[in-house]
Amino acid sequence: MELSPSHADLYRKMLRIRLFEERLLDLFPSGQIYGTTHTYIGQEANAVGVLAAMQDGDLIVSNHRCHGHFLAYGGSMHALAAELLGRETGICGGRGGSQHIKWRDFFSNGILGGTVPIAVGMAFAVTAMQRNSVVFTFIGDGTLGEGVVYESLNMAALWNLPLLFVVENNRYAQSTPVELNLAGDMCARFQAFGISAMELEARDVFEIMQCARENTPSIRAGEGPRALILHTYRFAPHSKGDDTRDPKEIKRYRTQDPLQLLAAGIESEERKKIEEAVAEEIAEAYANAESDPLADPESLTLLLGGAS
Amino acid sequence: MTTVRESLNKALIACLRESAEVYFLGEDILDPYGGAFKVAEGLSTQFSDRVITTPVSEAGIVGVGIGMALRGLRPVVEIMFGDFITLAADQLINHAAKIRWMSGDATSVPLVVRTPMGGGRGYGPTHSQSLEKHFLGVAGLRVVAVSSLDDPGALLRSAVLEDDDPVLLVEHKLLYPSAILPLDGRGDFDIVRHSNGYPDYQLQLHRSPKPSLTLGAYGYMAELAREAMRRLAYEKEIFCELIVPTQISPFKLESLYESAAQTKRVLVIEEGSQTMGWGAEVSARLHEDMPSKIKVGRIGALEMPIPAAIRLEAAVLPSIEKIMNMAVALIA
Repeated sequence: MELSPSHADLYRKMLRIRLFEERLLDLFPSGQIYGTTHTYIGQEANAVGVLAAMQDGDLIVSNHRCHGHFLAYGGSMHALAAELLGRETGICGGRGGSQHIKWRDFFSNGILGGTVPIAVGMAFAVTAMQRNSVVFTFIGDGTLGEGVVYESLNMAALWNLPLLFVVENNRYAQSTPVELNLAGDMCARFQAFGISAMELEARDVFEIMQCARENTPSIRAGEGPRALILHTYRFAPHSKGDDTRDPKEIKRYRTQDPLQLLAAGIESEERKKIEEAVAEEIAEAYANAESDPLADPESLTLLLGGAS
Repeated sequence: MTTVRESLNKALIACLRESAEVYFLGEDILDPYGGAFKVAEGLSTQFSDRVITTPVSEAGIVGVGIGMALRGLRPVVEIMFGDFITLAADQLINHAAKIRWMSGDATSVPLVVRTPMGGGRGYGPTHSQSLEKHFLGVAGLRVVAVSSLDDPGALLRSAVLEDDDPVLLVEHKLLYPSAILPLDGRGDFDIVRHSNGYPDYQLQLHRSPKPSLTLGAYGYMAELAREAMRRLAYEKEIFCELIVPTQISPFKLESLYESAAQTKRVLVIEEGSQTMGWGAEVSARLHEDMPSKIKVGRIGALEMPIPAAIRLEAAVLPSIEKIMNMAVALIA
């Protein structure tokens, strides 16, 4: 854990995610990217702020909107670009694509909610092995509709397991506003299981970071899971071109862009330097990925020892 | 006399004793109850810290098992009735079966999910089914079926301690009180075990003439097939060879092919409903893979839910008589 990341550090981390994702969306119309993606544009402060509380040995369980979590975790930008471009150098050699990443102790899956009991099982195992790890589990507001989440919260609390549940409420489940698919209160869902929960209007990355850092020591000390609800907003569509939201609403949230709020606190020359460096890093990551060999069907293996 | 239940129970105790990585999770599995079918009896008394009673959350506990397996443990999850496995289908199909492959073998999921399937107890439409057919052909998930032959506990032990991939272990509930038939066949049967991973068994009546029909059956259907084989010999002078696989997915049919090459006639028997079932795939493969034409018959449950009343249930499920009738028709 870095002791006190500066404005500049945090800005660089958030900007890496922002520009990576913007470049990714730009690539779709050119046909270079096959499949789909779910970008994190607007939500960068959440991953960067929360994972500032991460320590060695901690685990991350992510979801379909995982690129920001992966980059904040320390994953390679080149390997992520290569995965998205279907290259053999991709994180999973092109097998997983945008939503299914396994790298070190980072796991993501495209099935909403299905990851949550797995996170609980990981937390069970780290406890059984007497490691002081925390399992950071990212879900969204839409995932609160999945029943298995509540099975998982019950077991996490019942067994006093070391998880931080992070709900990124970006106010839309795909195209459906949260008001049309969620009854009751988000925090109360956790509190009903005896899980301490707090919520934030997630604009200030320092505030998110501080909140995550205040919450993790007790989890690490074996005092049970906690939840953090981050009210956030994504500026880009759910995936690529499926945005039915009122443009005025998006514009309004854009005026509260956590990245720009942070940028305002950095001296302009330093900021420019960061922006140039990050732009260069991203150009290089994509360029390298584009020149890497395409994933080879010969690399596909049958499962269970090739038996069929 | 050892029963299938005792064999499985002893194997679980041995696994827990031999490896500190083994955990056992399930609903109502603590002593003195020991699980709905008592396979977990004694476990929690001996290994209280590694035998975990869980909430009634089938999806959740299979997911927990996956997470534990991903962090180096070897969990065994008991699902009280096989019918409830539908609740955990997402965990098995979208997570357990895929994680290793998606990661390019960077990790593995050594998880065993054990569950009793099958009817014959009058439990009605939602506690009597054989739903394993829905999990056959799920790449990355092994489906293994316990029978009363040889050493069912060894099967469980292999799955728990030696298999690094997820296994759905199907235990027919009528097998639990059944006596194990050892490899000597108690003088009634000549039994050959083909061990290539999870074994297949080849059975004939002791000193019977060359068989003219191959029976293929796993789990409890192998019990019915064995009895049908005996009666076909004594009552109809039809001699059969019975092939009993234990790994039912991925399909591993060499023993069946070998027998079919001799008899040219195969009757496949399963307790699940027949459409899109195990027998359908076996039949298709026999037609594709065998150099000469094989006559194939199939027996499965009728295409309806399993009724509760004893006479209705019997009418829906396969029986010795149905096997014998189909065998006679195939020979004709």
